[in-house]
Amino acid sequence: MKKKKIISIIIFPGSNCDRDLMVAVEKNLGIKPNLVWHQTRNIEKTDIIFLPGGFSYGDYLRAGIIATKSPAISEVIRLSKKGIPIIGICNGFQILTECNLLEGALLKNSNQLFKCEDVFLKVTSKNKFTSSYKKGEIISFPIAHSQGNFFVNDQKLKELEDNEQIIFKYTSKEGSEDKNFNPNGSKNNIAGIVNKKKNVLGLMPHPERAIENFSSRDGKGFFKSIYEML
Amino acid sequence: MKEKITNKIIQEHNLTKKEYSLIKKILGRLPNLLELGIFSVMWSEHCSYKSTKKWLKTLPTKGKNVICGPGENAGIIDIGDNDAIVFKMESHNHPSFIEPYQGAATGVGGIMRDVFTMGARPIANLNSLRFGDPSNRRTKNLLRGVVKGIGDYGNCVGIPTVGGECFFHESYNSNILVNAMCVGLVNKNKIFYSTAKGIGNPIIYVGSKTGRDGIHGATMASAEFTDDSTNNRPQVQVGDPFMEKLLLESCLELMSYDAIIAIQDMGAAGLTSSSFEMASKGNCGVQLFLEKVPCREENMTPYEMMLSETQERMLLIIKPNKKKLTFKIFKKWGLEAVEIGKLTNTGNMELYLKKKLVGSLPIKPLAESAPEYNRPSKKKSKKIKPKKVIKKNLKKILMQILSSPNHSSKKWIFKQYDSSVMGDTILSSEKSDAAVIRIHGTQKAVAITCDCNPVYCQSDPKIGAEIAVAESWRNLIASGANPIAITDNLNFGNPEKKEIMYQIKQAIQGIKNACEKLNYPVVSGNVSLYNETNKNSIMPTPVIGGVGLIKKLENAKGFKMKENANIFLVGKTFGHLELSLFHQMHKLNHGPPPKVDFKKERKNGEFVKKLISKTNGVIGCHDLSEGGIGVSLAELCISNEMGIKVEIPKKFLSKPEKWIFGEDQSRYILIVEENFNLKKYIEKEVEIEKIGIVSGVYLEFTNCFEIPVKNLIKLNNKWFNEYLK
Repeated sequence: MKKKKIISIIIFPGSNCDRDLMVAVEKNLGIKPNLVWHQTRNIEKTDIIFLPGGFSYGDYLRAGIIATKSPAISEVIRLSKKGIPIIGICNGFQILTECNLLEGALLKNSNQLFKCEDVFLKVTSKNKFTSSYKKGEIISFPIAHSQGNFFVNDQKLKELEDNEQIIFKYTSKEGSEDKNFNPNGSKNNIAGIVNKKKNVLGLMPHPERAIENFSSRDGKGFFKSIYEML
Repeated sequence: MKEKITNKIIQEHNLTKKEYSLIKKILGRLPNLLELGIFSVMWSEHCSYKSTKKWLKTLPTKGKNVICGPGENAGIIDIGDNDAIVFKMESHNHPSFIEPYQGAATGVGGIMRDVFTMGARPIANLNSLRFGDPSNRRTKNLLRGVVKGIGDYGNCVGIPTVGGECFFHESYNSNILVNAMCVGLVNKNKIFYSTAKGIGNPIIYVGSKTGRDGIHGATMASAEFTDDSTNNRPQVQVGDPFMEKLLLESCLELMSYDAIIAIQDMGAAGLTSSSFEMASKGNCGVQLFLEKVPCREENMTPYEMMLSETQERMLLIIKPNKKKLTFKIFKKWGLEAVEIGKLTNTGNMELYLKKKLVGSLPIKPLAESAPEYNRPSKKKSKKIKPKKVIKKNLKKILMQILSSPNHSSKKWIFKQYDSSVMGDTILSSEKSDAAVIRIHGTQKAVAITCDCNPVYCQSDPKIGAEIAVAESWRNLIASGANPIAITDNLNFGNPEKKEIMYQIKQAIQGIKNACEKLNYPVVSGNVSLYNETNKNSIMPTPVIGGVGLIKKLENAKGFKMKENANIFLVGKTFGHLELSLFHQMHKLNHGPPPKVDFKKERKNGEFVKKLISKTNGVIGCHDLSEGGIGVSLAELCISNEMGIKVEIPKKFLSKPEKWIFGEDQSRYILIVEENFNLKKYIEKEVEIEKIGIVSGVYLEFTNCFEIPVKNLIKLNNKWFNEYLK
């Protein structure tokens, strides 16, 4: 299943899910991604860009904020306007909200602690990022973050809902959206959203950690959707 | 540097009069303050192992899979196909008590540097924690700080923290233990060592700028605490995990070129110990130009630069023609690398500040004449308390154990650690006796565990240490691995006290015996002494970190169960209750620990190993340790959210507590496929019996009592959440 497409993964100092993502892309898409160093000023050709998880520049200020000042992010912003799909996972999501490619902000988890566990997610909207899942399907990915508490004001929330921009929500195994199944205090249990144009996706859970026999394998559907999209 | 060395200064440097005389003899003159400071850290207990060296030398350190034993930054074992595993455990006890967050964080940072210094990429972290009584006013904050410190550091660097232990006891009220273990993967032909070579070769400093933090950390870790020890806070270093991540990636990148001759991290005793150790191993001399050392603060003295324990710094000896490449790679990662000196053939450490010689010390004599003590030891006589009557509500006792601080679910801790980054975590220690990590891109895995039961060690340090080794061996086997080697982290009180020295010697004797009997060598280790405050010592706590190999991923077992599977007990049950959890729940704390029959231990272990690796019959496995069969089965029920039905054998019906809670060694619980014919594999000398099946929603001792599994889960999750609300 080889397509001649260019997949880029931006690497910041402090990124630490870049290898996992690279392995997942290669394994599931049969394409070796290009690793793009944060100081790159010109990303010439790419069909999709990933921003991986980690602690870019140490995340000593608000998570993701320093990364928005990097040359590579200027390129990401430019290319997103052209409609190139951009996916930010975990720290990548934080960066995307900080550079305003996505709505909202990711605050500290409501219990103020880092949290790593497997969570259940409902695929709340079907679009090109989720084409391999059924709408309403419950899947499981791990989370691992301390700032994943998604916040938007009520007006923006309504817009996200009306435009079907909410892609993933934290739920129980059975799909209950009760706050007991919200791991970080995130507004309306939101785990992942897209922008209005629906070419930029951010999500806190890690699909790249859910592709093996010994873990959940639900991440394979995520990468399959991307394969279909390209 | 004209200060007069007074008795007070000597004392402040934790040097004895005898040691000071030896210093004068080695130098042939009086030392200046800088030189005295260097001697004091190099000869501190922490760096020189002067009280334990004599005994540590007796440990078995060789084996067919051992590539590198003690003496380097970490131990290395061969796991085939050119892959090697680098691992070590190290304590950061004293700093963690004074400043729990930074103390624990820098402990994790230090041990990871020890591993990647050797060329390995860290693939897993574990930790072994001991705190005081939960009701002690300090315990809660120490627990919070330590766990957050470990988590924040490892999470940021992106190395999964996959397991560990956490134990509370009043003997740790003023001396907590934070032992961090790191495991890394290296190509066995691309290992880096710390032996300096090549006269004239440049010495490169890279990483954080040197500050005034941590000066005398090693000396602090070599003395007892008093009530005002928290005033030592300036001696605790501050961690910067982002800097560590940059160092890790840049060093591994540089290591892929043929540029590095020797490399060492600046850990305890900072620039002093790293430069001395490298030069001493290579029989070289060293010139350092201290004005070139990157400093965080102005006007730092040579004394401060040499003794600072600022974290995240490395020292490298590189090939002269690779200087440009070296600087280029470090620059790419945003790091400052500076040439601060060169190797010489004088055998001396010559320290210059702006061309002026400010200190000169002979390297070999300083390293090699470090004192070695044969301190007197004596067994402390114990008073035997009268025996109390044992209550017999076994159900209540089991519930009490599972909701006690030491045996409650450690989810609250574990969730703060990123356990799944790197994508190779097959089993964390929540789901298995040992954590299992895949070797990236292969079909094999390593199993890792750390263990110690200090209650056993307090009663009999030799048997206690034997059990710690044996239990780590069993944990590895139960997870599906073939045990290969250990690292040890010996935590004790003040070795100048005879009864403490007795504990140390006995524990080392126990480790030696167990390792020899199990063919399970010691490849690295660390000693932490003076864990005392106001004359009260911790319980002897020799923590054992074990590593084993799983050749096929499907052999990774852990606590798995299946409906209707058969449950077998391997090993003989006598019903040893002294020092058991059952007795502890009755506040009975006397008697001997159970003995380990190493012949049986090996037989049973080999049998389980064979059954797992050679048949498809085994679903899951759990070793039996604290709390015996009762706790082990309850843990299986909790982990799988499934029920178990077992029958207490007739001969124990009059004393069911012996069967349920006895802590006899060398035993395993096996969960076996319903239709699997185990009989044909049974060996003559291995005791094995079917005790029940996986079924229902209760943990049910059919002829005694039953508890709904959902209650067990609730009970098990209760304590931490309430304590830390």
